Amino acid sequence: LTAPLPGTVVEIFAKAGEHIEAGQVILVIEAMKMENSIRATRAGKIAGVLVDAGQTVVHKQPLVRFE
Amino acid sequence: MNFADLLPELLKGVLHFTWGNALMIAAALVLIYLAIYKEIEPVLLLPIGFGCLLANIPLANMTAGQGVMSVLYNAGISTELFPLLIFVGVGAMIDFTPLLAQPKMALLGAAGQFGIFGTLILAIAIGFPLNQAASIGVIGAIDGPTSIFVATKLAPELLAPIAVAAYSYMSLIPIIQPPLMKLLTTKRERLIQMEYTPKPISQKTLVFFPIILTLVVGLLVPEATPLIAMLMLGNLLKISGVVDRLSKSAQNEMINIATLFLGLAIGATMSAESFLNLATIKILGLGLLAFVLDTVAGLLFGKLMAVLSGYKINPLIGASGISAFPMAGRLAAKVANDEDQNNFLLMHAMGANTAGQLGSVIAGGILLAIVSKLV
Repeated sequence: LTAPLPGTVVEIFAKAGEHIEAGQVILVIEAMKMENSIRATRAGKIAGVLVDAGQTVVHKQPLVRFE
Repeated sequence: MNFADLLPELLKGVLHFTWGNALMIAAALVLIYLAIYKEIEPVLLLPIGFGCLLANIPLANMTAGQGVMSVLYNAGISTELFPLLIFVGVGAMIDFTPLLAQPKMALLGAAGQFGIFGTLILAIAIGFPLNQAASIGVIGAIDGPTSIFVATKLAPELLAPIAVAAYSYMSLIPIIQPPLMKLLTTKRERLIQMEYTPKPISQKTLVFFPIILTLVVGLLVPEATPLIAMLMLGNLLKISGVVDRLSKSAQNEMINIATLFLGLAIGATMSAESFLNLATIKILGLGLLAFVLDTVAGLLFGKLMAVLSGYKINPLIGASGISAFPMAGRLAAKVANDEDQNNFLLMHAMGANTAGQLGSVIAGGILLAIVSKLV
């Protein structure tokens, strides 16, 4: 799962090892003072979360890796 | 002195109170209610509402002579100081990166100004003289300070209804725009996902942009210089990175104080005698039309860009080519995201929105230049 827009990660809802459903909110990226919920595009088990809360991300930066 | 003589003196406020005052106080209470309980643009509607309340208390003398509201009006509205101070703060809040990274968004910022000229023509058609029609048209800039700046210069007698229309419709953008967006775009168009592949923008470009824009606009449209210069000054304070204190003051204390004084002074012009007339109703109607025309023009231009780009541009971002920064940009992004949770148009919409902010200032300046020569 990659960042659909540049911004700052403000909240992360998923942990490594967790099974998530498609459409579930994985994390929130704040851009231009607007919070954007980033959702899983598919179901699966998370292998690793690649960003931390407070971190600035660029467009297309990998956020979460699926197994 | 007997009691019969004293009574009229004690009751003079009540005796001078008119039905018109009662109606305007009711309107003031509606504005205050919307601000406090519906949180609709409270920063503006609360002071405007309270100012309106004060303007309709007979014999309070706040709005005449050396009354506090009159002093505020003469100091900050007649001189255009308050809208300009607000613009320094707005400039310090704007990030032009999305626009500079996608310069074609500037086209949408131009399309979003159509309402100004469409409304002007209609206002002339229903009998307003050119100076008043132009001031009413500028409601279509969808930018409070620009509307106030132009109206103060061209038709100060219409300032109150113009400011009220501009600010109240702006707060209604989330209600006015979405139905038009859905009506004028197809589901297929609304689902278009846009690649965000910005050109990298250097710090030097961001610093030079406000300086160069001030010079270019100033030389081409001198009448727009005060507005664009204050907006760009604020932006330079922010982007330069060396005057963080000044940038923060502009974004907070200064814009807050100027907004409070501006709201109060505008509200205080809403006395029953000056506000309750047919012209006000016409202006409120024309103002709404200006908002609708801007949105329609922006969306249609967005559709054209969608077709020309082979459906790589989502026409919804056209609706953010109006001013109303950053509300309009966020709204277009939200409508697209509601349609498809994985569609994020925010950066594109913000590019169009900042272009709209610049477009409205320039359009206001051009109008001022032309109309000042003609009347």
